[in-house]
Amino acid sequence: MSNIWKSLRLTFSTAATALLMAQASYAQQPIKIGAILSVTGPASFLGEPQKRTIEMLAQQVNAEGGIAGRKIELVVYDDGGDANAARTFASRLIDQDKVIAMVGGSTTGTTMAMLPAFEEAEIPFMSMAGALQVVQPVKKWVFKTPQTDTMACGKIFEDIKARGLSSIAVVFGTDGFGRSMRDQCVAVAPKYGINIVHEESFGPKDSDMTPQLTNVRGKKDVQAIVVPGIGQTPAILARNYKQLGMTLPLYVSHGVASKEFIDLSAGGAEGARLPVPALLVGSKLATEDSQRAPVLAYTQAYEKTANQPVSAFGGFMHDGFQMVVEAIKRSGSTEPAKIRDALEATKGFVGVNGIYSMTAKDHMGLDLAGFRMVEIKNGNWSPIASGK
Amino acid sequence: MRSVRSRLLQLAILVAIIAIAPLLVPSNYYLRVMTLIYVFGLAAVGLNLLMGFAGQVSLGHAGFVGIGAYSVALGSVHWGLPGLYSVVLGAFVSAAIAALVGRPILRLKGHYLAVATLGFGFLIALLITNEAGLTGGPDGISVPRPVVFGWRLRTVEQWYWISGVALVVGVFIAQNLVASSTGRALRAIHDSEVAAQAIGVDVAKQKLKVFVVSAVYASLAGSLLAFCNGHITPDSTAGFLRSVELVTMVVLGGLGSVLGSVLGAAVLVLLPQVLTVFHDYEHLMLGLLMVLCIVMLPIGVVPSLAKKFARSGA
Amino acid sequence: MGIGMAADLLQYASSGVTIGAVYALVALGFTLIYNSTHVANFAQGDFAMLGAMTTVFVVTGGLPTFPAAILGTGVAAVAGLALYRLAIDPARSSPVLGLIVLTIGASIFAKGVAQLVFDKRFHSLPSWFDAGPIKLLGATIQTQSLVVLAGTIVVVGALAAFTTKTLLGKGILAVSQNPLAATLMGMNVRSIVTLAFVVSAAIGGLAGIMAAPITLTSYDAGTILSLKGFAAAMLGGMGNPVGAVVGGIVLGIVEAFGGGLISSAYKDAFAFLVILIVLAVRPQGFFGSIARERV
Repeated sequence: MSNIWKSLRLTFSTAATALLMAQASYAQQPIKIGAILSVTGPASFLGEPQKRTIEMLAQQVNAEGGIAGRKIELVVYDDGGDANAARTFASRLIDQDKVIAMVGGSTTGTTMAMLPAFEEAEIPFMSMAGALQVVQPVKKWVFKTPQTDTMACGKIFEDIKARGLSSIAVVFGTDGFGRSMRDQCVAVAPKYGINIVHEESFGPKDSDMTPQLTNVRGKKDVQAIVVPGIGQTPAILARNYKQLGMTLPLYVSHGVASKEFIDLSAGGAEGARLPVPALLVGSKLATEDSQRAPVLAYTQAYEKTANQPVSAFGGFMHDGFQMVVEAIKRSGSTEPAKIRDALEATKGFVGVNGIYSMTAKDHMGLDLAGFRMVEIKNGNWSPIASGK
Repeated sequence: MRSVRSRLLQLAILVAIIAIAPLLVPSNYYLRVMTLIYVFGLAAVGLNLLMGFAGQVSLGHAGFVGIGAYSVALGSVHWGLPGLYSVVLGAFVSAAIAALVGRPILRLKGHYLAVATLGFGFLIALLITNEAGLTGGPDGISVPRPVVFGWRLRTVEQWYWISGVALVVGVFIAQNLVASSTGRALRAIHDSEVAAQAIGVDVAKQKLKVFVVSAVYASLAGSLLAFCNGHITPDSTAGFLRSVELVTMVVLGGLGSVLGSVLGAAVLVLLPQVLTVFHDYEHLMLGLLMVLCIVMLPIGVVPSLAKKFARSGA
Repeated sequence: MGIGMAADLLQYASSGVTIGAVYALVALGFTLIYNSTHVANFAQGDFAMLGAMTTVFVVTGGLPTFPAAILGTGVAAVAGLALYRLAIDPARSSPVLGLIVLTIGASIFAKGVAQLVFDKRFHSLPSWFDAGPIKLLGATIQTQSLVVLAGTIVVVGALAAFTTKTLLGKGILAVSQNPLAATLMGMNVRSIVTLAFVVSAAIGGLAGIMAAPITLTSYDAGTILSLKGFAAAMLGGMGNPVGAVVGGIVLGIVEAFGGGLISSAYKDAFAFLVILIVLAVRPQGFFGSIARERV
């Protein structure tokens, strides 16, 4: 019996040694970067453009000769929006594929589930999750690209205040994004002198929000409606809004920032306002705007490869992936620890979503300037100066 | 006599697999996958007692997985309960809820029972999702790792052995339950409730008993899942798709086959890992495989194969 | 205030009846298949998805709405045919639970195909008639809601006429009541069951197409419809077409009023609570007959 154990162990250790030697002899082997995204399932509107973006960008880097002569090899897994699946794929990336960095995590739920694994394995993890809890308190190995909900609430409230309004209704989605943004909005409302007089909610799979809107319509003191919600469900709300003939100022969130939302709302979103990243304003950005060049480059490339309009969600991936690539270049190393240090030292990185400056205390590195307030006009995003 | 031997043989095979697997797998990733198989296997074995032996369907069993998972999360986050106590708490809550809702629900037959259990599971998932102040809402909640005898249990290996032992104990208890007088009563109910009643079986009581037992199995699996993941969300524990997955494990493995449920769990945990090579064709393949399994092995993998071997052996 | 409240209630009712009518059609298809095979078909909602997605893509391709809708219904019908002939019929010997798992597998397969053939994005169809919403006592009623209602009435009427007036339709009834006797009477049970699947899938497809301008559609829109359709069918009483329609409408109304008057976060909870309560009082649903076990 003990002989079997011995020979088994021997086989494994020989195999492992062989593997190590092979690794040493191939200095030119590809750089492995992992991505776990919600390509299918309820959050596929996030994961799908993110997958297309990272594949396109990796191809671009490789076409230009890779990083210091080494190609990037992507390992992409689809968690279907399931936190348990995401956690398993995280183990797979770490133990099996041995990636040196991870870019992904489409939702807050999947990101939070994977986070301990990457912290423990000491591999840098660049997330696409919205919620603040991902980077606050700061986790040594975890970074994120999207603006937080607090920033979106702040931007919206500034605009409401500038229009001389103060009493609002909040109609939020019961998914992670909607709930988290609703909580942040409630928390910062007093700071902006905003009074939330009524609240309603809708489920991520709801197909009719007429009852909720009817309730809001019945409240006489509501001056504006804020809708923290993500994906396409708010488009149904915007349709119902128009059908009910409602005319109160309507604010939606950065979570609907894709052209699809406007199309699906069938005119219902006309006149609605929301904070969006520079990416969506595209060619309307001023020529001296430093974000104009990367925005136009990404937009052109993406719309050509993917044959669909860009969305903020793909933009999160663009910035995250590019920052990781830059960190690898800057550190001149493929050691996870050095890449992490380089990521934390990111200064003034001009992305399509915002301009990032990371510090040891701030692993998102964005300020309110990244957000532009737009109004939906003639089926397109139209930048507005606050309060006009 | 023969059945005792076959039970021991099954148990021995399971113990052997659990003991030897860690020596053969090249990385922690495989250990995690095996751990998930044991955890879901435990829930499936419990559900099989209800579905395979008592013939009662539950499309909401993930609700109990959710209760078990969130009990350990809330127990340690909000109420400062030590890990082990909150596992027991979860099991008690699940048993109590099962006993409470079981009485009216189990009077229902066939598809009516299916829709009632489905509704029950939906309600639990909705509660967990909506009571965000307590549960963290849809984004989920982090679960601190428990400290047992001064040890903080956090490594993959530790949870591998804990869930492996839990599965063996679960299978052992299930086997004995099936062989006991309760098991005979259950089979009688499965064959015909009217006939069971006629020979003096308290049908309602027996059905309720097995429902409670299966709920406790699911709850324990949920607690284990929460501990070894470290973060749980409503959908990944109590969601409707999880309920469907559990039912699929039981049916694919074979109704009424304890070991089959473990095999069913293995298939459903492994498939998504294997199918990643198909990229965009993943769902298509998963659906196709489920359909093909039922078409080719209509009564589940283990019973179908057993039948074939018996025939060719005879 | 009184008038405002009345208008609100009317608004809830209109929205509930519209969604309820869609549930009703899915439940009707469910019942048809259940009656002919005793299979609870969890891919029923996917027929609606297939119908709607096909129509969306054909309309985008340039075909007018009506021919596109016919094509969409046809694709759903073919899917129904394939489901029976390629999966359910060959697995006849499987226990009822096995057949449930099989239809769930078929549903996942349908989603897999749809995400490849179409895409993973949400889509909408234009309203069938280009007219603004109707104002009624302070409530606003969408024209497409009327289309859904009218369509449901026509489908239910046509199905009733078909099963009571035509020989083929009577065949479906006979097979559902006693397949063995039907065989002995010289009926070809297999082709009659096939017909039941085709009709059921076509009804599902049509429901999806009519609802798409209101509810949007996507490759995974089928699951929730299957669930609600199943729930509606059980609420009404399994196997009873009238029950399916009533169950669907009741479910829609409960959701709309529960969401509007009590709490929108627990909208789905009210639907299932009502089902649990109804089944606790009447274990066979509204119109179901008490199933007696044969000894």
